[in-house]
Amino acid sequence: MRVRKTFRFALGALTRHGLRTGLSLLGVTIGVAAVIVLTALTDGARSYVVEQFSSLGTNLVVVLPGRTETTGFPGVPSIPNDLTIADAEAIALLPAVKRAAPVAMGTETVSFGERSRQVAIIGTTADYALARQVEIARGEFLPRGDADRGAPVCVLGHVAARELFPGENPVGRVVRVGGWRMRVLGVLSRQGTKIGLNLDETIYVPVATGMQMLNRSSLFRILVEAQAYADLATARESIRRLVTERHGEEDVTVITQDAVLSTFSAILNTLTIVLAAIAAISLTVAGIGIMNVMLVSVSERTREIGLLRAVGVHRSQVMAVFLAEAALLSAAGALLGLLAGYLLVRLMVGLFPALPAAPPPWAVAAAFGMAVLVGVVFGLLPARRATRLDPVAALAGR
Amino acid sequence: MIELAEVSRTFLVGDRPVYALREITETFAEGEHVAIMGASGSGKSTLLNLIGCLDRPTSGTYRLDGRSVGDLSQSELTQVRRHKIGFVFQSFHLIPRLTAAENVELPMIFGDIPRRERRERVSAALAAVGLAERATHLPDQLSGGERQRAALARSTVMGPSILLADEPTGNLDSASGRVVLDLLDRMHGDGLTVIVVTHDAKVAQRAERIVVLFDGKVVERAAGGRIADVMAVLAAADEGPEEG
Ligand SMILES: Nc1ncnc2c1ncn2[C@@H]1O[C@H](COP(=O)(O)OP(=O)(O)OP(=O)(O)O)[C@@H](O)[C@H]1O
Ligand SMILES: [Mg+2]
Repeated sequence: MRVRKTFRFALGALTRHGLRTGLSLLGVTIGVAAVIVLTALTDGARSYVVEQFSSLGTNLVVVLPGRTETTGFPGVPSIPNDLTIADAEAIALLPAVKRAAPVAMGTETVSFGERSRQVAIIGTTADYALARQVEIARGEFLPRGDADRGAPVCVLGHVAARELFPGENPVGRVVRVGGWRMRVLGVLSRQGTKIGLNLDETIYVPVATGMQMLNRSSLFRILVEAQAYADLATARESIRRLVTERHGEEDVTVITQDAVLSTFSAILNTLTIVLAAIAAISLTVAGIGIMNVMLVSVSERTREIGLLRAVGVHRSQVMAVFLAEAALLSAAGALLGLLAGYLLVRLMVGLFPALPAAPPPWAVAAAFGMAVLVGVVFGLLPARRATRLDPVAALAGR
Repeated sequence: MIELAEVSRTFLVGDRPVYALREITETFAEGEHVAIMGASGSGKSTLLNLIGCLDRPTSGTYRLDGRSVGDLSQSELTQVRRHKIGFVFQSFHLIPRLTAAENVELPMIFGDIPRRERRERVSAALAAVGLAERATHLPDQLSGGERQRAALARSTVMGPSILLADEPTGNLDSASGRVVLDLLDRMHGDGLTVIVVTHDAKVAQRAERIVVLFDGKVVERAAGGRIADVMAVLAAADEGPEEG
């Protein structure tokens, strides 16, 4: 097979100048390694974000007081109406909505005996545990019932429970939260950190109690679970209309998790494109390196080219030899780059295990393909120069 | 059969023409052994390159076995070189990174000849020049004479009908030069047309015929046995400018 012979001949020529060949590979290697590492990083960041959000539940709609998108006149910020427990109860009755949990939030000091610490307080209802798929380790979550009634009970997050009651069962004990004495109903299992909030250092209280304790007139937000993923848009729209009607103006922001997710996704996509562009530039620089070494090679091997032509090797075959050399150079560089890239990614994962960084297969294929293509494209000029040589002049080394 | 009719080759150096060959009319019969002599710059190599289809005439016609070379495309010229012509150069032109066998294989390497046949031809060609034992040696592990013999094997491996040698012994001592010349004689004996460019009377006298060039023109034709006369002509030509 002619192709194989061409490549073998090209390989022989390359291995003769090990150092030079190696150095010219380096550009490609760095370029490809950069593509692998950068795409692995952005991809890792993407899966990190997606994971964080989907752990919150994908059917969720969040209602926040105030508007983030201003459509009115700038200058006079209108003070939004309070988001109330009654709003949450009305939302819960909408057909597209499965359940709605009002959420009040703040911080307070919690203490038991000598021990005390600052924790986040979430005032909510029984629906919260269902919407967020919170697991109970011991006892039970907040009871169902009249959300307006502020019972003096609470549920402890994992860390709060462990620190206030080391080695003991807190259920049934009474803790002091701010000025309140509260009976512990249950303890949650470990939740971990979700978008910056350590849920394990949190104490859950009935929403009315929470608002009173924290001295709030408005909810922090309302957490709504749609009937199904397909109902998200309907739910979002009907919530917006209902609250607008109840408040007499549109003064809330209704966001779905997937909207947030797609915003993040869009940002990360842009980042990926920018990084890919940088990588493409570095590969182009690498291509120029290959072109340079190939030009040197052609001028060094002028006599060899003349001889090949004299013994009846066609121009196209001379061209093929030099293109094969360029392709081999860039392919070898690309393989080394893939290897280096993988090693770097593994190193990073070792250092930051939270980041699930892995180069996406498309990036691996694209980096390799691009590198070889760049090699061949930049090999064209030197190869053409080789074929243009006049045999007699080439034999004389001119 | 090589037929040159009023063949000229002019090079342009800047905008100044250099007349390397001027209206040469000469025929080389099939199987002939000819030596081309002449002072440096008289056009010997240019003539040999033309005959070898490495170059084309500026004017005049060159017929090789009846076909007009001027009408052939680059690719057809390459084809002619591959199948009909073998070259031997003063500086051997072996590729340093390839072994003797690989160098000999070179004219076949990009062709369609099956591997097995290639190997057989390489062994036969190397054996014919007495280098069977040196097949795996690199050029810099061979002596000058051995290198030229390897080049000779390469030039004949495709079974050409014409062998063109430009100063084949120019870089060799007389003993290894003699071995190379004996091989050329043998190849001529096998039916090849052999054309040798040389300055050396010992080389030229082996030829059946000597053609003398001066300033791009044929100034003398003589039988190989009349080498003494030819050397006298050359000496006169050398002194010509001083006398004039
Ligand atoms: N490519 C070229 N461009 C310009 N001039 C050339 C070229 N090739 C040959 N010449 C000129 O043509 C003339 C004949 O050159 P050629 O090489 O044929 O001489 P030669 O007889 O082989 O000489 P030598 O014995 O030194 O090898 C010389 O004057 C040379 O300078
Ligand atoms: Mg010459």
